[in-house]
Amino acid sequence: MKRMKNFLFLLAAAPVVAFASGASVHLDKAPVNLADQESLQRGARMFVNHCLNCHSAGSMRYSRLQDLGLTEDQIKDNLMFAAEKPGETMKVGMTKSDGKTWFGATPPDLSVIARSRGADWLYTYLRGFYRDETRATGWNNTVFDKVGMPHVLWSLQGEMVPVMKKEGEHEVIERLELVKPGSVTLAEYDAMVGDLVNYLVWMGEPAQLQRKQLGLIVLAFLAVFFVVAYYLKKEFWKDIH
Amino acid sequence: MSALQKMMGWIDDRFPLTATYKAHLSEYYAPKNFNFWYFFGSLALLVLVIQIVTGIFLTMNYKPDAELAFASVEYIMRDVDWGWLIRYMHSTGASMFFVVVYLHMFRGLMYGSYRKPRELIWIFGVLIYLALMAEAFLGYLLPWGQMSFWGAQVIVNLFAAVPFIGEDLSVWIRGDYVISDATLNRFFAFHVIALPLVLIALVAVHLVALHEVGSNNPDGVEIKKKKDPVTHIPLDGIPFHPYYTVKDIVGVIVFLMVFSAILFFAPEMGGYFLEQANFVPADPLKTPAHIAPLWYFTPFYAILRAVPPLFGSQFPGVVAMGLSIVLMFFLPWLDRSKVKSIRYRGPIYKIMLALFVVSFIGLGYLGLLPSTPVATIFAQVFSVIYFLFFLLMPWYTSIDKTKPEPERVTG
Repeated sequence: MKRMKNFLFLLAAAPVVAFASGASVHLDKAPVNLADQESLQRGARMFVNHCLNCHSAGSMRYSRLQDLGLTEDQIKDNLMFAAEKPGETMKVGMTKSDGKTWFGATPPDLSVIARSRGADWLYTYLRGFYRDETRATGWNNTVFDKVGMPHVLWSLQGEMVPVMKKEGEHEVIERLELVKPGSVTLAEYDAMVGDLVNYLVWMGEPAQLQRKQLGLIVLAFLAVFFVVAYYLKKEFWKDIH
Repeated sequence: MSALQKMMGWIDDRFPLTATYKAHLSEYYAPKNFNFWYFFGSLALLVLVIQIVTGIFLTMNYKPDAELAFASVEYIMRDVDWGWLIRYMHSTGASMFFVVVYLHMFRGLMYGSYRKPRELIWIFGVLIYLALMAEAFLGYLLPWGQMSFWGAQVIVNLFAAVPFIGEDLSVWIRGDYVISDATLNRFFAFHVIALPLVLIALVAVHLVALHEVGSNNPDGVEIKKKKDPVTHIPLDGIPFHPYYTVKDIVGVIVFLMVFSAILFFAPEMGGYFLEQANFVPADPLKTPAHIAPLWYFTPFYAILRAVPPLFGSQFPGVVAMGLSIVLMFFLPWLDRSKVKSIRYRGPIYKIMLALFVVSFIGLGYLGLLPSTPVATIFAQVFSVIYFLFFLLMPWYTSIDKTKPEPERVTG
């Protein structure tokens, strides 16, 4: 029987072992911390200043930024460039067809981009632009080859070029090197992108902090209820043998 | 006579309220030796109720329109009061429905709950399972994400593999040449009206049939064979209410703790309950690199892919997939064992059941992965085991050395 169990275990584990190795692009860990309100506020400012010109966030209302500790007046004065009322959603003036003509693809809506791409991908992507004269925009990206989006934040990060290395037959990018510094240092740029990604993660599901808080209360209630129900069952069943 | 008794009398003269209550609860005698595995029937009923109630509230804000559907789900997640909670209850409930139903079915396999005289209970159960798969498939189109769209595309295309009428059949199902607004509208209609009605009706007959013959138990012995000579109550039976109602409450709470842990802390369940790619709106012009059905369909999807195409047609795979479910209907007649429960079965059935479970899980895992030559070989091996479990059953259950069943239930 023991041998049988071992055999079954091996059989069950075989496909997992066989497919465990899979090559993919290395992603840097994004510093996501939704408890850090200041980071989220800085991220929101980055978002409305740099992203919200081409990318909409059609499911996100400006007024929801109050969840980040901002007042309605602060939102109106500092973060609303393309809307009249705080109740409006984050739309862009650029039409879908213009976007397609200019960039080859309509810039996607970013409401839930962190949920489809993941925080680490976004963090690596926004730091992965490099000069590539073969591209129409002059930019390419380490995690999104031949991307249609130009490096919008280049004035901050500066210009990077790839350092290549040989891997068998092919040349692959080993790392990026700064050739023309931007207005901030690379470490400062990483922190800014970190704030932006933090904000995008929050915007993907603004209710998530509330969700986890409520979850603790629900689980605590169920734990108490369990004790009551368990002894109730015991009491009823004490005569059943 | 108190006012309440008077009122009950008035009702009972017109509707069998007390009689129904007695027949199904206070005087429905269930075996006293139910174990852990017997929680999942009542839990499945609970999840059905959760799905119906949350579904009603979701339809109040959901828009079955290809232009609006995706955004309306996000509207529910953000702007509807407690909308995120209702939506996550529904999405978590969908997967948890399959979790409890799979465990419930496995219980049936272990203790021979499909055997005479419970063949119809089993058949109704398999029909519920089929209706549930249809319900889940139809519902998954509604968020109108990339996986909604392409998953539906792949499944509807299976019908196109049917020889001669396939193309017309798939157009008839979609109401269009591609998955479109017309498809979304009809899937919505089926998801919120047609299949819930079918499900509720099937659950009702499943329970009526169960209460007619009485529940099986981990020993697989019939408690109705040993009755008290005076009261005619089975000696090993206890009234469902209050004994199993209080016991099931404990099960319900533990289940709700698991349910809540997922819902509140990992509603995407690592991409298994809500796929990442489904947070991208459906785009008919952009095929995703990898289309994986949700986890509860993957065993059958793996069987489909394991069968090589014949003359360029996927039809043999579609037939194999259909057969893998149809075979379940015949289980009561395939099993020739003298005993019902695994407790008194011989080693052959135990090994076959273990191999079956490993194959089912293995197929489920492989169905999530992109198809590769190695994966296909594994899937083929598992598929063969899956089918042999059913096809060889008349043979191996009749030669298996069984232990004698006890007269009465044990512990």
